[in-house]
Amino acid sequence: MSTPQVFAELAYWQQTGIRVGAALAAVLLVSGTLVYMHLFKAVSFMQSRLGPMEAGPYGSLQLLAEVGKHIQKEDIFPRKADRFVFGAAPFVVLASTFLLVVVVPAGPDAWFIDSELGIYLGLAVSSVSVLGILMAGWGSSNKYSLLGGLRATGQLIAYELPLILAVVGVVIQAGTMNMADIVYAQANGEIFGLGVVGNPYILTQGVAFVIFLIAMQAELAQTPFDMPVAESELVTGYMTEYSGMRFLLFFIGEFATAGVFAAVASVLFLGGWHIPGIDPSADIMNLLGPLVMLVKIVGLTFLVFWTRFTMPRFREDQLQRLAWKFLIPIALANIVVTGILKVTF
Amino acid sequence: MTAVSSRRQLNYIAAQAADARVNLEIETEGMTLNIGPQHPATHGTLRIVAKLDGEQVIAADPVMGYMHRGYEKLSEVRTYPQVTTLINRIDWLGSFANEVPFILAAEQLMEVEAPPRAQWIRTVLFEMSRIANIVLFLGDMAVQVGAVTPVFFAFRDREHILNQIEAATGGRFHPNFDRIGGLKDDLPKGWIVETKQVMKKMRSFCDEIEELVMGNEIFQARTRGIGVVPASVGLSYGLSGANIRGSGVDWDVRRDGTTGAGGLVHGELDWRVWTHPDGDSFSRFWVRLQEVRESTSMVDQLLDGLPSGPIMAKVPRIIKVPAGEAYVETENPLGVMGYYVVSKGGLAPFRVKIRSASFNNMSITPWLLTGVYVPDIITILGSLYFILGDIDR
Repeated sequence: MSTPQVFAELAYWQQTGIRVGAALAAVLLVSGTLVYMHLFKAVSFMQSRLGPMEAGPYGSLQLLAEVGKHIQKEDIFPRKADRFVFGAAPFVVLASTFLLVVVVPAGPDAWFIDSELGIYLGLAVSSVSVLGILMAGWGSSNKYSLLGGLRATGQLIAYELPLILAVVGVVIQAGTMNMADIVYAQANGEIFGLGVVGNPYILTQGVAFVIFLIAMQAELAQTPFDMPVAESELVTGYMTEYSGMRFLLFFIGEFATAGVFAAVASVLFLGGWHIPGIDPSADIMNLLGPLVMLVKIVGLTFLVFWTRFTMPRFREDQLQRLAWKFLIPIALANIVVTGILKVTF
Repeated sequence: MTAVSSRRQLNYIAAQAADARVNLEIETEGMTLNIGPQHPATHGTLRIVAKLDGEQVIAADPVMGYMHRGYEKLSEVRTYPQVTTLINRIDWLGSFANEVPFILAAEQLMEVEAPPRAQWIRTVLFEMSRIANIVLFLGDMAVQVGAVTPVFFAFRDREHILNQIEAATGGRFHPNFDRIGGLKDDLPKGWIVETKQVMKKMRSFCDEIEELVMGNEIFQARTRGIGVVPASVGLSYGLSGANIRGSGVDWDVRRDGTTGAGGLVHGELDWRVWTHPDGDSFSRFWVRLQEVRESTSMVDQLLDGLPSGPIMAKVPRIIKVPAGEAYVETENPLGVMGYYVVSKGGLAPFRVKIRSASFNNMSITPWLLTGVYVPDIITILGSLYFILGDIDR
């Protein structure tokens, strides 16, 4: 892919500035949307209440109120905390989210990096958050935090595997690891000679999609896999000692990561920014693409939060058993079947 | 050496010894996890000192008394009618049920009996406070296991019950309605019809919980076979209520009571005692769910057969209880609750001993928690269902 026309006339620092700004918007705006739509409203309706109604019309400014509250709160360090590790942990977690968002394309020219190893890079950097969580758990000098951090580490490593193996099926079928090319492969693909909607891989890689969603739920540490933050036993796990701005960073990280993983899933399985009937490389898709992506992200994250507020949580050993005994074998079988079909047809 | 400095020396030695103890704990491989007194799962101020090996509990000790309010002692300086205000707050979720055994004990001492209508309404309110209490447990247990939504449904539907209790008694949480020799007031107009509709709602709530929580595979995986109490162990620790019926012991004071629950009319109703043979967390949950259903049908029957007549027996204006002793226990929402009242003939009881269910139910925790994993501590405690006010009084 070439550098877009508009960008070619800008200096390097200007291009970089635009990309950084867009990445910030992609993380913060999306996570804000998700918090408002899902955490404040959708879940409130499930629990037969209204959610925030006072701040702004229909509670729309509640988000600003919450952020303002956290910004003006005191940033407390526990006396025995490992100050540097404790302070740096939220930034490490958020950094992993920002690193992951850059691999997701939202249009033919609306991308941050155009790497041939896109999805590979994304899955690699998404594991960085484990470091941050372990740092938070260790640095807090709190037993609950430590237990939460260790649980999180075990869980994230266990579910990294099914996540990657689920993606492998898509990569085999698309024949590329470039995220944009995966979108084109889906847009131009056809199932049994029917190419009206292209071939979003949810149809042919349905098993991988389900595994990806389950593993994603676990990577995000949402119920039923929220053992690391299990609020009824570990208070809030590794976040227990955090307050103010640093807690807010964890919070943003949680929702932004949900949004970014949903974006990755919608590129891999739902056809990315492609709208049936419009050429996916048309210029107009640079404007429509992000909107299409946002719709898909909101839809997928709704599934995440719906599950989160309905299900009880697994115990640590049950959770590991699910990953190693069920998800990984099924994902491996999926790869084998995909490979055979790819060679045959 | 002066006296001051020797005391200082002793303090220093004590501090050293305390340090040594702490250091010993750090150097061993285990970890001591102090759950509570302030902890989201103990709904109150219960403290559990758990010694862990990894995530496995080696020993767990409940430390009670953070909420001790001295009700037994306070009762001695209050007149009999005033005591009900206090004991309302023992198990604050099913307050009316707390009043009943005390009033019955006082009636036994005074040798008065409430008129039939008062007894029936008493039983109605008694069962309604059980429903109000256990409905919250059904939602709360889901929270302990990690599902947030059912507790909102529980609060939503408990509201109907509380509204009815408020309509009849004037108090939502602390009715303070039971009197020696009867009740404060008769039921208001239209209350019976409304209450029957509420009972219908509660039954549909039970169905909802059965599908949403009990049928959930994860919930079953977290509770089945966890925290098993064999019947013999449960009996030896003095468990009561749904905790012992969950272990398959067919014992309910409402039916089998011997110490005279003369003021309640369960004997005239058609109902059954539910038991479950497993003895695990799931069976305790299951038994409680069935009991709510049973209570709703009891309330329906009671309202159908409500006798007419006065609401208050003839009692003197100033209540003086003749000298004597009485012990009355009833099947409260949390288990068996009993009052041992000693009177010396004055305006106030000479001594009140409260046998509350949660205190005895808690005593099994060191036995039960040994060897389980940290996440199971919470589900087991949740399924034993205690109210902190009922433990510490």
